[in-house]
Amino acid sequence: MTVPMRLGFLPLVDAAPLIVAEAMGFAEEEGLALDLVAAPSWSALRDLLAAGQVAAAQMLAPVPVALALGLGGPARFEVLSVLNLNGNAVGVSRALASRMAGHDFALTDARAAGHALLRAAGPGLRIGVPFAFSMHRELVHYWLDGLGTVPPARLEIVTVPPPLMPDALAAGEIDAFCVGEPRGSVAVERGAGVLLLPTSAIWAAAPEKVLATRAGWAEVEPDLAGRLIRAIWRAGRWLGQAANLSVASEILAAPGRLGVSAEVIERSLTGRLVISPDGQERRIPGFLRFHDGAAGFPWRSQAAWIGTRLAARHGLDLRAAQAQAVAVFRSDLYRLHLGPAGADLPAASAKVEGSLAQPTPVSSSRGRLILPPDRFFDAQVFDHGLPQ
Amino acid sequence: MAKKLSIVVVERDRDRALTIVDGLREAGDMDIIVIGDEIGLARKIAARNPDLVLIDAGNPSRDALEELTLASAPMQRPVAMFVDESDGALTRAAIEAGVSAYVVAGLRGDRIKPVLDAAIARFHMMQKMRVELAETRRALEERKVIDRAKGIVMRAKGIGEDEAYALMRKAAMDQGRKVADVAQALVTAAELLK
Repeated sequence: MTVPMRLGFLPLVDAAPLIVAEAMGFAEEEGLALDLVAAPSWSALRDLLAAGQVAAAQMLAPVPVALALGLGGPARFEVLSVLNLNGNAVGVSRALASRMAGHDFALTDARAAGHALLRAAGPGLRIGVPFAFSMHRELVHYWLDGLGTVPPARLEIVTVPPPLMPDALAAGEIDAFCVGEPRGSVAVERGAGVLLLPTSAIWAAAPEKVLATRAGWAEVEPDLAGRLIRAIWRAGRWLGQAANLSVASEILAAPGRLGVSAEVIERSLTGRLVISPDGQERRIPGFLRFHDGAAGFPWRSQAAWIGTRLAARHGLDLRAAQAQAVAVFRSDLYRLHLGPAGADLPAASAKVEGSLAQPTPVSSSRGRLILPPDRFFDAQVFDHGLPQ
Repeated sequence: MAKKLSIVVVERDRDRALTIVDGLREAGDMDIIVIGDEIGLARKIAARNPDLVLIDAGNPSRDALEELTLASAPMQRPVAMFVDESDGALTRAAIEAGVSAYVVAGLRGDRIKPVLDAAIARFHMMQKMRVELAETRRALEERKVIDRAKGIVMRAKGIGEDEAYALMRKAAMDQGRKVADVAQALVTAAELLK
């Protein structure tokens, strides 16, 4: 019997697993009739989920962690799977780009790009990010902190709703931004900015959006949760095949979805970004990843990394924050529902983040799992000390 | 007597902003500031340091306000989201009406409630006006399509206006559809056959 289910999303490229699950029939195979609800902002989507108006939602990976730490509201969420790794880009205003004439804009070297940015910015630098609790903010902090230079005297990282980013750049309210697609490409299309660095050059395998539900829902509704996780996982697997990406772009560009052309969407899906209004293109392998290398697996060490960063900045106890963070990434439920469906699951639920420079085979349920490189630009490793 | 409440209303549309401000004034004597330009919103609000911020729940700029709820924000007093408060019925009414409120932590519920009630009433009124406007537009559109379809039937069959309409109405009733839908199908088909 088909069961209706409402899912919330923001019109972004990385809502693709939800949209594809509905459009390509992966949800229907699981007996789910998905009703996709587009939200106007992350706070509105968080409230929709908290109030039970949607069963599950696409969510910024740090939001469920922040809530568990008591930051950003009274709701409590859990992560059933990771929707995608990476997919954001840092861009600068055209005025700032013109002051970076010596930089090659190769989009590969975070250190070179960071130093070029700080040199050009002078004493004041204001960077717009989409939300207070977002990987955009975490990765920009991590990047600027790790450059080993004195930050600008007036460095501010402020929330600017992405639809307003181009105007904020034009008005000089911000000098740079870090956004998800298609927002970066739209800023380039509108002649407002130039892309400087994909966030995959800061951390090669950063969790970005997650599939979130209210805490406890998946255990009260194990059957529905299983159907949902499997449908989203199959959609991610479909999105992981290069041959499907032009069809995926068309699906995302359909009326009522992302509101931008398939051509712009395809840039981020294929990792061929147009970085400047004069049409320069860069190829970024691993710009946005949905499936390969257990991309959907909610690693507890990812949660620990986010929790540690948030706790340090907000002055919370690190040990307690790690424990609270780790508990919301439900790798146990992911295993429970996807093992029988044929997913190749890693033997461990936590890893040393940042330790892989090369694709590396690891122990897994079906023996074919190869994890992709997950290096941080500064070659640090994050070892949370969790049992693996 | 407690100091006058200071309120910031975030609304780009001038008419809507005036409607909200009028409603709030009826609820009591307060300082109200409207911010229409949302660039640098969090900074502008922090500079005003209001007791309460009202914003359309559908406004994407809401995300910028979330920063103000963090103690590390450059505010003298931390701001808590209204949904943190215990008055569930009022919160639900606000969500239904599509208004989001941010209040300074510690502000007493009896001071917030009249303001929120007034805002909710105005948002409901504006919602109703929006629905009515959309319905009027749709009715006009339908009229236009029906007139065009009638013309097509009149030319094709060489009959009068009333007769053409009667034919369409009969087709609609036979198929259990609306006259406007039958008319739309006729217009679409006629365009294909041009």
